[in-house]
Amino acid sequence: MVLESEKLSKEWSTSLKKALYLAITSGIFAWSPLFAKNAPASPKSGFILIGNGAEPKGLDSALINDVPASHIVDNLGEGLTTRDPITLQPRPGVAESWTLSADQKTYTFVLRKSARWSDGTALTAEDFRWSWIRALSHQLASPYAYQLYAIKNAEGFNTQKIKAEAQVGIKVLDSHTLQVELERPTAYFLYLTSFHTLYPTPRHVIEKYPDQEWTRAEHMVSNGAFKLEEWKLNQHIKIIANDKYWDYDRVKIEGAYFYPIENADTEARNFESGALHMTETVPSMKIPMHKKEIAKSPTAYHSFKITPYLGTYFYRLNTKKPPLNDIRVRRALSLTIDRKLIVEHITKGGQLPSRSFTPPNTAGYTYPPTLPESVTEVEINEARTLLAQAGFPNGKGFPKLDLLYNNGEDHKKICVAIQQMWKKNLGIDVGLLNQEWKVFLNSVHTGDYAISRAGWIGDYPDPNTFLDLWMQNGGNNETFWSNPEYDRLIDLAAATVDTPARYAHFQKAEEILLQETPILPIYTYTKVSMISPKLKMLDHAGKQIEWTSNITQQIFLSYYMLTK
Amino acid sequence: MLLYICKRILGMIPVLWVIVTLTFFLIRLAPGGPFDQEKHIPPEILENLEAKYHMNEPLYMQYVHYLGMLARGDLGPSFRYENRTVNEIIFETFPVSAQVGGLGLLYALVIGVCAGLFAASRPNTFRDYIPMFFSLIGTCLPSFVIGPLLMLLFAVKLQWVSVSGWEKPTDVILPAITLGTMYAAYFARLTRGGILDLIRQDFIRTAHAKGVRGWVIMLRHTLKGGLLPSVSFLGPAAAAMLTGSLVVETIFNIPGLGRFFVQSALNRDYTLVMGCVLFVAVLIVLMNLLVDIAYALLDPRVSYE
Repeated sequence: MVLESEKLSKEWSTSLKKALYLAITSGIFAWSPLFAKNAPASPKSGFILIGNGAEPKGLDSALINDVPASHIVDNLGEGLTTRDPITLQPRPGVAESWTLSADQKTYTFVLRKSARWSDGTALTAEDFRWSWIRALSHQLASPYAYQLYAIKNAEGFNTQKIKAEAQVGIKVLDSHTLQVELERPTAYFLYLTSFHTLYPTPRHVIEKYPDQEWTRAEHMVSNGAFKLEEWKLNQHIKIIANDKYWDYDRVKIEGAYFYPIENADTEARNFESGALHMTETVPSMKIPMHKKEIAKSPTAYHSFKITPYLGTYFYRLNTKKPPLNDIRVRRALSLTIDRKLIVEHITKGGQLPSRSFTPPNTAGYTYPPTLPESVTEVEINEARTLLAQAGFPNGKGFPKLDLLYNNGEDHKKICVAIQQMWKKNLGIDVGLLNQEWKVFLNSVHTGDYAISRAGWIGDYPDPNTFLDLWMQNGGNNETFWSNPEYDRLIDLAAATVDTPARYAHFQKAEEILLQETPILPIYTYTKVSMISPKLKMLDHAGKQIEWTSNITQQIFLSYYMLTK
Repeated sequence: MLLYICKRILGMIPVLWVIVTLTFFLIRLAPGGPFDQEKHIPPEILENLEAKYHMNEPLYMQYVHYLGMLARGDLGPSFRYENRTVNEIIFETFPVSAQVGGLGLLYALVIGVCAGLFAASRPNTFRDYIPMFFSLIGTCLPSFVIGPLLMLLFAVKLQWVSVSGWEKPTDVILPAITLGTMYAAYFARLTRGGILDLIRQDFIRTAHAKGVRGWVIMLRHTLKGGLLPSVSFLGPAAAAMLTGSLVVETIFNIPGLGRFFVQSALNRDYTLVMGCVLFVAVLIVLMNLLVDIAYALLDPRVSYE
């Protein structure tokens, strides 16, 4: 990998002719006063080199739902609001201000006049209306369309129960005022407006280059801090600072390269050799070594970073399958998982043993620690009693169930550990069943499993994203568990405006969830990254601070800078 | 000869048709589809997605539709890489794999044939044992061991080349060596074996009796025939190397075709799987044809007239 991307040597792989052509044309560009760029208002230095795990599926903000793509798209586009890079608090984005009606159901956004697409076209309220309708349209068939369901009639329009787009609660009051009517008060709506599905997409380009043709580097136009410069399949994606961005002066880097490195060891070696500034792929085998180094000299700068992540690793139980239909059996299984052992000896990346399902301090919501951290005599005795009551004293007569998991990461090691824990503590045997990813998904979606590995990463920082999963009609429930009182509480919380009262409903709901335990929470995820000491961040005042992450996968490169 | 080539090319069509048909139905038999993902997709959206890719039609219709596209040389859009067609993906990534594979093949042939010749010149002496010992090691060491070792030495320690990626001309060196080493070892063994078989033949003995010098016999008489086993192996080897290796391309993060072979199957990217399989099938059939032509040139006993 080279740092100076402009070097012609990079073009060698195409053909000599092309290289020659480039040499001539780039010479012209460099010398012709016509193309000479005005001196930028603020100096920008260097390109940030990012290990991005895999090739993104696409770069259409309304369509993508994979992490590698969101790393890039979050920097190309900008919604009505944006997020603080660290606390994630909503901040003005394309909208410079907004008001909320007294019934908390209508937002009126005032867009800034200086907002432009990267080709210079003005960005207006109509762009947002058109983009959101496009994201909801059945022709686009976006798997993330549900992110817009908070808007009135959006779900109906998306599922084609409502045909007229005028009925969707999006209204353009004038060229720079957008009114959004919600289905019901939604406390986290301003988070949603900063999510990529709700970014504007350029109608004037999409209509010229339909399908996904418009996301090619030669056509793509975006409205965020960066624009797409180059996209070489499985090689790299290059983005550069967008000089039409309304807050261009704040951006301190020239751009970034995203490398789709799939092999964790290759990524680690690239980082070691200085060919990457940041990566979120760290082989778990190498973690103890990094930790040892930190212990040796705690004050020195260390590239190895562990930061909290808004997600829970858990097991699903198929509550239709006996004996898992018995609450006592499910509770016994949950009580005898030594969660501390798993995070300390297997995952090793500073993960927190799950004491509840919602990660602690999700937008200020913490469920009191309920699940045991480690397994002691107390838990074992309680679990054995429960199992005996269910008709399996000392695990006798317990049918052989399979623990289903997919390839990758530490899934297998965790399964083996839990298999042992249940054998030792309860005297029951579970089998291990490994399936390739798509086969695994098929088994889980069709309910063809007994116990399966799962993970949930919050869509937005609010307990609702974790708790509405387990409603009866929740598409991601897949445990066949339901409880009318639980559903009532989640609906009640959704209709409640006052945060403490809303959280109180969530607390009651989570109590039911953990009591009846259709799932076995195991640990709260963390993000393990390698960060070059050259990489710094800026706060809102433009002051240089040390690198910090947030609890989502989002990387806000407009707040990043490179030092020597 | 020309007639023979035409016949062979026509013979390709039924072979490829069988391959296309088998792949088409086998990949659809695998559980899970291109749109399966961890998060639930509302059934209405799934229907729309399926309609977009003609997957709501009966299977035989999809098959007819695919064959129709194929007849026009269109391999269809990729299911996973939303703004790329399969034709483009192959067109963009095959040259990269072919560069690595071509260089690897050249390296394998030069090293392999030389080592084989050297070993065969004095069979069962140290001049034979030493290259054959190394060829045994080369055959045994898998590329996921050789690759990282080369990377550690030349990229991390000596810093002569980049660790991985496809940005500089020198990026081709380590992957080509990694890919070529195993083949070099094969070629060495095949060349040695082929030559040793010939040495015992009457016409070599005659040449010796006539007083022709050893190295002249080696180069003029034995090498040509001794290369035949290597030439047969060259067909499939060249096809495999030119279309890229998943392991080598993943380790060195090279944007070649090899990575798409396995990835496309894992993603159930139906059109891309079909495209990759078909492309490789065509290449293998063509390479075998070239091998057969080379045989006619090298071996006076073979003729296609």
